[in-house]
Amino acid sequence: MRTAQQHRWVHGIAVLAILWAQSAFAHVQKGEAAGLLTGFLHPISGLDHVLAMVAVGLWGAQLGAPAIWVLPVAFPLVMAMGGMLGFMGVPLPGIEYGIAASAILLGAAVAFEVRAPLVVAALIVGFFAVFHGYAHGTELPPGQSALLYSMGFVIATGCLHAVGIGIGVVHQWTWGQRLLRAAGAVVAVGGVFFMWQAFG
Amino acid sequence: MSGVSKSRPPIYAMVVLALALCSKPAEAHLNSTGMGPIYDGLMHFLTSPEDLVPALALALLAGLRGATYGRQALFTLPAAWLLGSLLGLAAAATTGSAVLSSFWFLLMGGLVAADAKLSLRVTTALAALLGLYHGYLNGTGMGQSVSAILAVLGLVLAVFVLIALAAAFVVQLRAHWARIAVRVAGSWIAASGVLLLGWAVRGS
Repeated sequence: MRTAQQHRWVHGIAVLAILWAQSAFAHVQKGEAAGLLTGFLHPISGLDHVLAMVAVGLWGAQLGAPAIWVLPVAFPLVMAMGGMLGFMGVPLPGIEYGIAASAILLGAAVAFEVRAPLVVAALIVGFFAVFHGYAHGTELPPGQSALLYSMGFVIATGCLHAVGIGIGVVHQWTWGQRLLRAAGAVVAVGGVFFMWQAFG
Repeated sequence: MSGVSKSRPPIYAMVVLALALCSKPAEAHLNSTGMGPIYDGLMHFLTSPEDLVPALALALLAGLRGATYGRQALFTLPAAWLLGSLLGLAAAATTGSAVLSSFWFLLMGGLVAADAKLSLRVTTALAALLGLYHGYLNGTGMGQSVSAILAVLGLVLAVFVLIALAAAFVVQLRAHWARIAVRVAGSWIAASGVLLLGWAVRGS
């Protein structure tokens, strides 16, 4: 049995330990860098996203100005709408089918060098952007900054478009045009594979 | 009470009193760099995308419009940020609205993406409003000590340097594709604003 004197010492040490706590620093940016990195890696780590994003850049390069920059500007903006739906938990069916279909149709557009009017091209790209954005938005890991995660996947998506546009520079040569069309076919075949997987 | 004299307070009560009287500030809203409050304020701005990105967007917007706009933003934004911070220091602590933050992302990013041909007066007004709003929010979270004022100075210094570098970089861009790249960056900022809005709506 402890005496009252021993209890007082225990209580005293406990209170001392509590009051000795250091400053809270509650605003330290824990998880912020991880959020940016996770967001950045999300589009890059999924081949279905990569194929569709690069195809947007390739198609823009084939269509030339102003599509070459209108499509990469339109895509992130509309993709963000999809991401917003994902963040908000609004149900959107058929995401995987939409992503796979985007690779098929955008790949086909590049493979057949479809000369769509700018508005039609922007609408097609924007429609599929919603599915990609939704997929990113629903996969925010808990505890990470939503803003930095969002910025990460928007930047990564833009970089993938830039890769497509960069590859599309070869469009000025005849062999390059053939190469781009072959690349479009590869993207479309990849899309078929992902569609098959989605059904599986 | 057995063993405890009523006339003599327990020793730990005096220890509690002594420690409570020399408590430290909460520092709840500042990163601690260990290099003093000026650097704390500077790092707070550089590690807070809610503050950094709209200011960067303003620099891009001003840079796209030319050197006169850049110079105007260079002095207006930090001055407004300083004024807002000082007002915030005197106010009760408050938390920023994520919806309003997303509004600034959308507005500034959208203007950059659209390469909006705003007048110098409107651009200056935008810079003033942006600085006042974000400065006020920064100020309210910093307490009312001398170190808070130093932190505000460090923060405003960071705003000034960011505007100077980013606007000057964009002003000297001549290639068409380079200016397009700046507009694409604006679309990324606006897109991030849309996503932030979604997150804010979900949170509310």
